[in-house]
Amino acid sequence: MPNSGAEHTVKAFDTDINELRGMVAEIGGRSEQAISKAMRALEKHDLKLAEEVVAEDKLIDDLEKRIDDLTFQTIALRAPMADDLRELIATFKISGVVERIGDYAKNIAKRVPVIASTHKLGPASLLPSMSNIASQLVRDSLEAFARRDADLALEVSERDQIVDDFYTSIFRSVITYMIENPKDIGEAAHLLFIAKNLERIGDHATNVAEMVYFAAKGEPMPERDRGENPTDLLEEPSGDSE
Amino acid sequence: MTELLDSTSSSESSTMTDSAASAISAGDGPLKMTTRNVDVFYGEKQAIKDVSIDVTMDNVTAFIGPSGCGKSTFLRCLNRMNDTIPIAKVTGDITLEGEDIYAPQMDVVQLRARVGMVFQKPNPFPKSIYDNIAYGPRIHGLASSKDELDNIVETSLQRAGLWGEVQDRLQDSGTALSGGQQQRLCIARAIAVDPEVILMDEPCSALDPIATAKIEELIHELRGKYAIVIVTHNMQQAARVSQRTAFFHLGTLVEYGVTSDIFTNPTEEKTRDYITGRYG
Repeated sequence: MPNSGAEHTVKAFDTDINELRGMVAEIGGRSEQAISKAMRALEKHDLKLAEEVVAEDKLIDDLEKRIDDLTFQTIALRAPMADDLRELIATFKISGVVERIGDYAKNIAKRVPVIASTHKLGPASLLPSMSNIASQLVRDSLEAFARRDADLALEVSERDQIVDDFYTSIFRSVITYMIENPKDIGEAAHLLFIAKNLERIGDHATNVAEMVYFAAKGEPMPERDRGENPTDLLEEPSGDSE
Repeated sequence: MTELLDSTSSSESSTMTDSAASAISAGDGPLKMTTRNVDVFYGEKQAIKDVSIDVTMDNVTAFIGPSGCGKSTFLRCLNRMNDTIPIAKVTGDITLEGEDIYAPQMDVVQLRARVGMVFQKPNPFPKSIYDNIAYGPRIHGLASSKDELDNIVETSLQRAGLWGEVQDRLQDSGTALSGGQQQRLCIARAIAVDPEVILMDEPCSALDPIATAKIEELIHELRGKYAIVIVTHNMQQAARVSQRTAFFHLGTLVEYGVTSDIFTNPTEEKTRDYITGRYG
């Protein structure tokens, strides 16, 4: 059901909801920026820029907390129903997911000093293109949230396959490179982790899209056929949450 | 006085029942009351337009909607309380256990014992607590001895969650109780004549939150023993106590469904606007 856009009789409710929407847009924008800055730092080997990304992650963490506090408070004080309730639940979940996206960007930035020796991405030359697509997914998922656009959310979820395909391709070429250049295995492993981080960012953008779909339609997003991923069994253990 | 137009003969209404059933019987469990194509007029003004709803035994049914939407008027059709309003005219089919409650042979006093009612303001009789409960069983001849009557009084007060608070002062006046206790006394009074359906018209609107919570808890406990229909302005209350919710607007039934669906994902835009506070 499309949102009628009518205002609430209690105007303060609209104020809260608009403030939350603003903060979600901000946390989304900051995460997207963190990804592009981290990748630029990687490509240019800009240590200062990488440090900036790490430092700015604090702002994303703070925003997540502010969003969670206000969502919690709004649910308690306004007793939202129907699409309002769904939007607030979605907001609560989206803030957590986007904060994780910021963590992945920070994780990429932290690897910049380690990949110091070559100043090149070598076997992972597709990383910048992969990163562009992943960033776009983040941007579009939050655009879908701002517009309550279930169709765009569905599209984001489908486009995540492109990120997955990039990952599979980079994974193969980096493994081949490792076999051929055993002395560079350490550095190549970091490139692999970066690819994995970007792949996870794509997944999280899909999570945001799923929440948007739920908020807009009141039902879960239809399952996407993910196909087989040959690297599924080789995922790094989780636990780089920061 | 109230009249039931003959326009909906039983054969017509049964075909109507079949076609309308999926939309209006949002219930599981045995049907207690059915209403089909009910119109209510106050003089020239039509207060209810073509409403069809099923009330089931196992679910608490809540009627919600803005003031003047017709929810109380409709509730009052279910035990012919509108008969007391001279200019009111009710048409359509309303049955209780398959019996047409507007049929000429229907005994209205008997009907109101089977379909009890609790009102917005607690209205105990200016009599003792005991006599408030015993009044109904006495006039309906439900007790053959003092012991039996005592038993009905005690059971009714227990079911209404009031026994523990009043068992030592059954001869005190019912009107001396607190508002919440008076309302539970009225519920006990309705229960005492062993009804099948209990209608509640804004039963908590005059009560504080604690007394309200007690009534809501009582509704939970009574669910299944009686078919319960509640009219409420408080949407949170409808969400808390009912399993089925009907939303009325300007005399029409906009949406009727499972309460959790109505409050998380209503089908109709009007329902959504009302429950999210965007109405008017």
